Amino acid sequence: MEITFLAISAIKIFVFTFVITLPMIAYSTYAERRVSAILQDRVGPNRVGIPLTLFGGKKDWKFFGLLQPLADGLKGLLKEDFTPAHVRKNYYWIAPALTAVPAFVTVCVIPFGSEITIFGETVKLVIADIGIGPLFIFAIASLSVYGITIAGWASNSKYPFLGGVRACAQMISYEIALGLSIVPVLMVFGMLNLSDIVNEQAINGWLIFPAWGEGLTNPDTGNFNLGRWLLVIPLLISFFIFTVSIFAETNRMPFDLPECETELVGGYHTEYSSMKFALFFMGEYAAMIVGSALIVTVFFGGWSLGFGLDAKWLMDEAGNWKAYAGLVHLGAFLTKVVAFIVFFVWVRWTVPRFRYDQLMKLGWVVFFELALVNIFLTAGIMWWLAR
Amino acid sequence: MAFIKIKRPELSLSDKLYIPAIFKGLWLTFKHAVKSVRGKSIGSKDLASSGLGITMQYPEQKWDEHLPEYYRGVPALVTDEQDRERCVSCQLCEFICPPKAIKIIPGEIPSDDEWAKVEKRPKEFEIDMTRCIYCGMCEEVCPEQAIYLRQDYAVTGLTREEMVNDKKRLYEIGGKRVGLVNKWNELK
Amino acid sequence: MSEATTEKLPKDVAAEDGMVNVQVDGNWIQVPKGTRMIEACKIAEKEVPHYCYHPKLSSPGNCRMCLVQMGMPPRPAPGEDPKFKDDGFQEIGWMPRPVIACANTVAENMGIRTTGELVESCRHGVMEFLLINHPLDCPICDQAGECSLQEFSVEHGRGNSRFVDNKVKKPKNVDIGPRIRLDDERCIMCSRCIRFMDEVADDPALGFTDRGTHTTLTVHPGHRLDSNYSLNTADICPVGALTSNDFRFQMRVWFLKETKSIDTNCGTGSNTVIWTRGSEIFRVTPRENNEVNSCWMPDSHRLNFHYVNSEARLNTPMIRNTSGTHEAATWADSIQKAAEVLRIHQPGEIAIIGSGKQTNEELFLLGKLAEALETDLLTLVPRMGESDGKLVAADRNANTTGATLLWDTEDPYAKLDAIREGVRSKKIKTLVVFYENLLEEAGFKEEDLANLNLLVSNHILPNGTAKNSHIVLPGAAFAEKRGSMVNITGRLQRLNKAIEPPAGAMDDWEIIRDLIAALDKKAAPLYLIEDVLKAIGAAVPAFEEQTFSKIGDQGIQITVTGQTIPLLDKEHQRIERGEIVG
Repeated sequence: MEITFLAISAIKIFVFTFVITLPMIAYSTYAERRVSAILQDRVGPNRVGIPLTLFGGKKDWKFFGLLQPLADGLKGLLKEDFTPAHVRKNYYWIAPALTAVPAFVTVCVIPFGSEITIFGETVKLVIADIGIGPLFIFAIASLSVYGITIAGWASNSKYPFLGGVRACAQMISYEIALGLSIVPVLMVFGMLNLSDIVNEQAINGWLIFPAWGEGLTNPDTGNFNLGRWLLVIPLLISFFIFTVSIFAETNRMPFDLPECETELVGGYHTEYSSMKFALFFMGEYAAMIVGSALIVTVFFGGWSLGFGLDAKWLMDEAGNWKAYAGLVHLGAFLTKVVAFIVFFVWVRWTVPRFRYDQLMKLGWVVFFELALVNIFLTAGIMWWLAR
Repeated sequence: MAFIKIKRPELSLSDKLYIPAIFKGLWLTFKHAVKSVRGKSIGSKDLASSGLGITMQYPEQKWDEHLPEYYRGVPALVTDEQDRERCVSCQLCEFICPPKAIKIIPGEIPSDDEWAKVEKRPKEFEIDMTRCIYCGMCEEVCPEQAIYLRQDYAVTGLTREEMVNDKKRLYEIGGKRVGLVNKWNELK
Repeated sequence: MSEATTEKLPKDVAAEDGMVNVQVDGNWIQVPKGTRMIEACKIAEKEVPHYCYHPKLSSPGNCRMCLVQMGMPPRPAPGEDPKFKDDGFQEIGWMPRPVIACANTVAENMGIRTTGELVESCRHGVMEFLLINHPLDCPICDQAGECSLQEFSVEHGRGNSRFVDNKVKKPKNVDIGPRIRLDDERCIMCSRCIRFMDEVADDPALGFTDRGTHTTLTVHPGHRLDSNYSLNTADICPVGALTSNDFRFQMRVWFLKETKSIDTNCGTGSNTVIWTRGSEIFRVTPRENNEVNSCWMPDSHRLNFHYVNSEARLNTPMIRNTSGTHEAATWADSIQKAAEVLRIHQPGEIAIIGSGKQTNEELFLLGKLAEALETDLLTLVPRMGESDGKLVAADRNANTTGATLLWDTEDPYAKLDAIREGVRSKKIKTLVVFYENLLEEAGFKEEDLANLNLLVSNHILPNGTAKNSHIVLPGAAFAEKRGSMVNITGRLQRLNKAIEPPAGAMDDWEIIRDLIAALDKKAAPLYLIEDVLKAIGAAVPAFEEQTFSKIGDQGIQITVTGQTIPLLDKEHQRIERGEIVG
């Protein structure tokens, strides 16, 4: 293996996890609180800044409370790390890590941008450019259920136990819908490499909004491509099922039954405190970010600017990306992801929690069947188009 | 027992689908968000809010001038027109106090005092503000109109000892109160 | 009539047992002949409010609070036979005027109504009159909370005053005696205190002067209310006119927890109530026991509790080091050290001195300790004084009788002189002392104590003996322990725990138990004070099958010593003469 490849990979890992994802997690907690406050006519955390008055300044710098996540992190580290006497210690200790790690690992196949060229080296803005992107994500993300279930079981206390059992059942149920709903997408693309999928969308139009490229011109006839627009119907269904299932997978409202305060105190993390609790928290938000990224990547053209602008502004005549194209794409990607996170928050503070039986019914009776039918619908349309 | 059959409302298709209701909800919260950001939340004016939402930014903004007459703040002892301690340490407040915040050690008024006729007054009177729940029962039960809940609400201290108001401090907070029943004049 | 001759009428049935039939509020009951109406109502569990009546005092009937309606069968015309109804009773003809229940005795076929319009309006009126001149100073009055005037004013009063004139001014805060303070404005002229001082205390120092609304209770010129029984007047005063200087303004009674116990200041063992709040004793009052102290108690005994609240209480075991100062130690170390040194001495070199103020359980265990040390030098310290002819017994030790029974000896004090001489002549090298300061009644001197190789002593307060002890074991005071005592008449009575001993001090019986256990590993374990009483029951015939619950609040006579309590003798005579109800 080349030394440059290793160095570049290490730099990418560092940048994408520690410079982009971790601050995003921190600031999505802040966003969660600020947005929820605004939705509910409140203020939210607006105080934590630099206390200049402590050092003789005239006025504190508040920055709208933007330093709140730092304060929270500091608190998580400084609080007493309390381990109750009745827990099963080994599992109790490993559970938070098992929840947080898969969410971070999945970051490695997300394409953050197209590519940049530095010192003649063309660097793809994805840590691992593998050909089985979505499958990898599903495989790894489903591991986080172990963390939650083990946490619930190791806590050796009834509410965490119930929370763990609920999480286990819920995540397994919705994984099926999640997996099935993405099959039509893969059928349309005919490939599993996420970078290539995004590339395709950049040129031929976003999956559920093909308003340029292939969507407007039929490669065969050169006319308006009705068939491509017809495919949007099953893809919209896919998008809907996929998004809802991501909500359920990440245990977000309205499907946050594993930690439902009104019934289960704190759910699976009732017995956890300080940084161990914070790890659960981080895992949850990381999963949310990865989920948003996946939705954006698959359905909304990932890092592409869209509307044919990528080809117009960021490509040279030879059809290669310009040197700085990756940075622009990175910005576009993050903007889309942030928009989706805000959507996540918006939904959380709007929709009340489901009942557990409703949740299971939705997963098994509605989404499972709908996703199955959707596959055949897509196949039918594709077969009809190809005829 | 009579049974009353309640007819549940018939759900229309859109109700059953649940999705339109979700969008309605999203629209509602969105409207609130817009109002909130523009500083036009309902009631923000009456509540003298900070502009964002209806929350008042304490301690920069305070609601003191809006406090009602009957506001129950720090309990304190009062003296009458002649600067006599009204409290005779009957200990009824100590008895009624739900969180047991009051501690009184009764004492006798020395015979050379102007008010020796009253015979009794508190030697020590302590209200533990870490315990007080501002219920106002002490004020209600007092047969001598000696203890009142003031409008002060900002009670702070760095130690537990600091949070205990002793007799001197209680009279400082309470001050003089005129126009109360004058039970101990010379004729009575 | 033939039926009436075969079947006895209720009046005849009752008369056979010396009883009469009385109807109280519609129910017929049998009460002994000569019972006061108020007592008959008490038997029928009907409350008749009263102020001046007290069963141990004569009944002047001057408060008029106990007015009830009375009825008797109509007197038959000459030659007419009394008419009996189906139930065997005669028709009651109700009198239009009320009578006082405290001074009238019941008669056959009498009816009493304790409720009804007439009775209630009478009480209403009497209450209003009593309250006319009563000051509104309940907030400062010590009686508040246990004041009959307050209680009956709530039940029978009108709630507001119609009296528009100025109230009569009377002396307040009058110093009439060393232990009692008088507030004449509060007095309702029931004369209980006057009668008590005259009839029971034999020191008629109190009386009324002036007339009408100006009637004033006062002390006779040249006298002071300084009898040793003066505080009983504060107990029986239904209002706050007489209050105790000692308890004055100390604490409201509703905060105090009442614990029934007995007095340990003399052999009489007066029954008491100990009033405590938290871990502090506020007062001790007598409790009625007609076999011991009637309703009374001497002042000197009831006020002797302040040392229990003392700041100076010993609250940790101490061991004297080589330089002669005492160092705090743990209980385990102290007991272990004491046992180690005690074990190496010859039996003849060890003596144990206990106290006549200790409970049966402690004395019994002291006997066991003597057995464990194989010594027969075991004694108490005598405390003889003068009897006052009432309740203070000559023997100021509370449990001499108990010691006599438990140690099976004629005189539990016999060996004290021998022990003292033994210590002086250095024959006795080790002394275990419980609850006694040897420098006082026991007649030891400090240089005697210096002769000892080991002095283990138990005290509750620091004193000369503690100072000279090698090991000091802090114990519990009378209000801090459970146990039993036998008084001079042979009555087994119970002490109850009113408060906890100071942290670090231990119940005396547990100290002795631990000492025995450290010396004799095979000693039967004792976990509860009940176990000790059970062991006593097995060893001493007089205590056979006694338990604390059997002893109860009123005690049990377990032996007859022949000694009597003079005040009770006098009371019995007065009951026989019909002066009091008793």
